[in-house]
Amino acid sequence: MIFLQLFLVFSKIGIFNFGGGYAMLSLIQDEVVNKNHWMTVSEFTDIVAVSQSTPGPIGINCATYAGYTAVMHAGYPEWAAVLGAILASLSIIWLPFLLMISVSRFLLKHSKSKFITDIFGTLRPAIVGLIAAAAIMLMSKENFGDPTESVFVFIVSIFIFLFAFVGTRLYKIHPILMILLCGLAGLLIY
Amino acid sequence: MYSANNTHSQSNSEVTTPRPERKGEGGKSSFFSLFITFAKIGGFTLGGGYAMVPVMEREIVDKKHWLEKEEFMDILVVAQSTPGLFAIDMASHIGYKYKGVMGGVVCALATAIPSIIAILLIAMFFRTFRENIYVEKVFMGVRPCVVALILAPCFSMARKAKINRFNWWIPVVCCVLIAAFGVSPIWCILAAGLGGFIYGRIKK
Repeated sequence: MIFLQLFLVFSKIGIFNFGGGYAMLSLIQDEVVNKNHWMTVSEFTDIVAVSQSTPGPIGINCATYAGYTAVMHAGYPEWAAVLGAILASLSIIWLPFLLMISVSRFLLKHSKSKFITDIFGTLRPAIVGLIAAAAIMLMSKENFGDPTESVFVFIVSIFIFLFAFVGTRLYKIHPILMILLCGLAGLLIY
Repeated sequence: MYSANNTHSQSNSEVTTPRPERKGEGGKSSFFSLFITFAKIGGFTLGGGYAMVPVMEREIVDKKHWLEKEEFMDILVVAQSTPGLFAIDMASHIGYKYKGVMGGVVCALATAIPSIIAILLIAMFFRTFRENIYVEKVFMGVRPCVVALILAPCFSMARKAKINRFNWWIPVVCCVLIAAFGVSPIWCILAAGLGGFIYGRIKK
């Protein structure tokens, strides 16, 4: 029964995923392509590409698409595939959700305890480093273009980067508006 | 630290102080406004993960005042070190804080629903989405923007994290370990948390 399998597989992916969407992709690939043969590697690559270019958490996007494709490949009609997609997405959420609620309850109750304030006293500086690292690792050819291939794309990317940085930092432009503006700029310039 | 004045009925006997007049204690927090805000966060952020942080920060901290910036950063750490997805964890926490478990469910679903709808539409009607030349052009503009959006809040967060001449090395070491040596962020979080715990013990 494909639906039970989807539920079990995606629940497992959800609870064993540390470190967000990108870490989740390799887990999903392992289960969906290698173990269960619900789709081919190239299909999975397409799914990853689409997940990265649609709004929302990448893990959810990928689970939805994978659930849909798996049920379609098992020979069910489209409405069943839609159910499969929704089931896969919810399966990936529910266990981490229960865990997070327990942690939230603990934190809200003990937020003033010395134990918690000590730990977060050093964790807060650390998270700044974590986010900076995430940004630095994204300064790649994939995101800025390869200067040896197209100097034009590279320079435009640098300008967009600076524009977005100054715009949100100094002029407090809403990030959503910023994304829309830069998308429009890409459409017009390239 | 933030207070635990949850609006839902929970026996928080240890927290009986009157609600302080400050940010992070929430303005309006109806189910409706929670749902709309998180649907907006889920529906308008591209790239997932850290790319969602600036939008969440603007909506949750600056606009809705559901969390103080410090608490926002704390929950970021928690979301990073527990299984599951950033945005969903963040949504679950805020929903739970204001409306209990049902609030958590509503916020988590609100974050996920735009994704599910968008992907289903693409899977059903628009499978060539990725090959579309205009989509690619838009993304060539969006990608560098997202990197800037992730980097920008670092500076205001650094101020809120009380980074000074004694602890500036914590973020620097974390950043170098992760970006240059490929160390998992989880180890940095564990080390930083343990360090803070030990330091607190020694100082006492």
